Amino acid sequence: MAPALCAICKTARALIKRPKNHTKLCKSCFITIFEDEVHHTITSSQLFYPGEKVAIGASGGKDSTVLASVLKTLNERHGYGLELVLLSIDEGIRGYRDDSLETVKKNAAQYDMPLLVVGYDELYGWTMDQVVETIGKKGNCTYCGVFRRQALDRGAKMLGIRHVVTGHNADDVAETVLMNLLRGDLSRLSRSTSIVTGDNKSEVKRSKPLKYSYEKEIVLYAHHKKLEYFSTECIYSPEAFRGSARTLIKQLERVRPSAILDIVRSGEDMARLVPGESASSCGGCKSKTETPVAVLEDDVGGCGSSNGRTPGGEMAAMDKQLRENEEAEGLEVDITKLVLEGKNGQREKRDKPTTRQVLGKCQRCGYMSSQDICQACTLLEGLNKNRPQIQI
Amino acid sequence: MADSTEVPIRESETPTISIAVDFYGGLHTLFGKGQHKLAIPAADKSGNPATIGFLVTHLCETKMNDPRTELFVLDGHIRPGILVLINEADWELEGEEAYEIQSGDNIVFVSTLHGG
Ligand SMILES: [Zn+2]
Ligand SMILES: [Zn+2]
Repeated sequence: MAPALCAICKTARALIKRPKNHTKLCKSCFITIFEDEVHHTITSSQLFYPGEKVAIGASGGKDSTVLASVLKTLNERHGYGLELVLLSIDEGIRGYRDDSLETVKKNAAQYDMPLLVVGYDELYGWTMDQVVETIGKKGNCTYCGVFRRQALDRGAKMLGIRHVVTGHNADDVAETVLMNLLRGDLSRLSRSTSIVTGDNKSEVKRSKPLKYSYEKEIVLYAHHKKLEYFSTECIYSPEAFRGSARTLIKQLERVRPSAILDIVRSGEDMARLVPGESASSCGGCKSKTETPVAVLEDDVGGCGSSNGRTPGGEMAAMDKQLRENEEAEGLEVDITKLVLEGKNGQREKRDKPTTRQVLGKCQRCGYMSSQDICQACTLLEGLNKNRPQIQI
Repeated sequence: MADSTEVPIRESETPTISIAVDFYGGLHTLFGKGQHKLAIPAADKSGNPATIGFLVTHLCETKMNDPRTELFVLDGHIRPGILVLINEADWELEGEEAYEIQSGDNIVFVSTLHGG
């Protein structure tokens, strides 16, 4: 079989077949177009302003490594004027982060960016090792996920940085859309599909510049640019990727590669239909909405990454736990809810998601939460009650 | 050569091809290390030329030292989410499992399934 030539330069041998449109590209044209598309996402969503200090949530994994590399490249090429720093979270699992932090340190040196590492112990008073000592290995992924969800924001706040970018990719977003559909949680759809979470009122804004980038292309970008990244499973989550929505996404991609971006766009379209939610834009510029902004509490982070990836079994366990928390908190008097129910009892069910959307702050930690006490503080309360006597 | 007698007879009966196989993205943990220089049979049991499909089975049978084969192979095929590169090119450009392996080929398996 004669080697195919690149569809753009028509001279070099094609090495990449793009999942979204089957275009065959050579290495250098692929790298250029990948960067150009991220640049397009950034400019069309007006993600940054000149002089902005931006923390890149860095786990040493492929997504954040590629994000750091691409942002550095684009910042220099297009004169964004960004002050980029790497922000890493240390969950406090002995041996687990050592190697990945080494990778982040190498990235920091290579990209000439300052590296800031913040530990769960500093943020919550507990390392994951201590959590596991206290509650056992069962269900610890719930804690890790809930803590991780706030960790970057809390860490950034501690360091006086107001914008955190994460490496969430199109596959991550598609997975979250599917999970929310499966759970019938349309209110969360907007948060999971929007490119920016947090608004002017929030202390820390979050965004995902790789939202439209296929995971496959991210891995190929890292491979062809010879970027060093780290991949391992969380030692507390040996069953990591079994039976997850992820598997379904990858199987769909195998049959019809465009499925991933189609799910992302469907999620955005559905999010627009949910009352009181603003939806996301772009993705090939099919819409001209203003900078998409949605409120808080992004997807729940899974294990083994700083990404919002959640393995199957843990997903179910976490979901159960979170629902129990919500139910428990529902026993407390929620004035907003009472008013809504009083006005129109029949619409209670439909109004419920909107009620949960009401933006407030956690009474304990001040982190944005739709409940009086945020999930992290709820979990911490339980943990602190069980803290071994010796440590008190 | 002096030590030619030490070569098992079977080896000379079954021609082999030399290839390099690399594992990335966490897959190296299933195969002990990332880089492998291998001599694989040039043909399968039915005498058909060795393809990527054959290589995948061969790797599972001879090189994997982890019981969790499903992390590499699902329903007899490479697990969706694992990228295969043949001499740096996406295997989708080369005929995927049907690609006939040539001597000196570099086959790379990269998992995309680990966190970012
Ligand atoms: Zn080209
Ligand atoms: Zn709180």
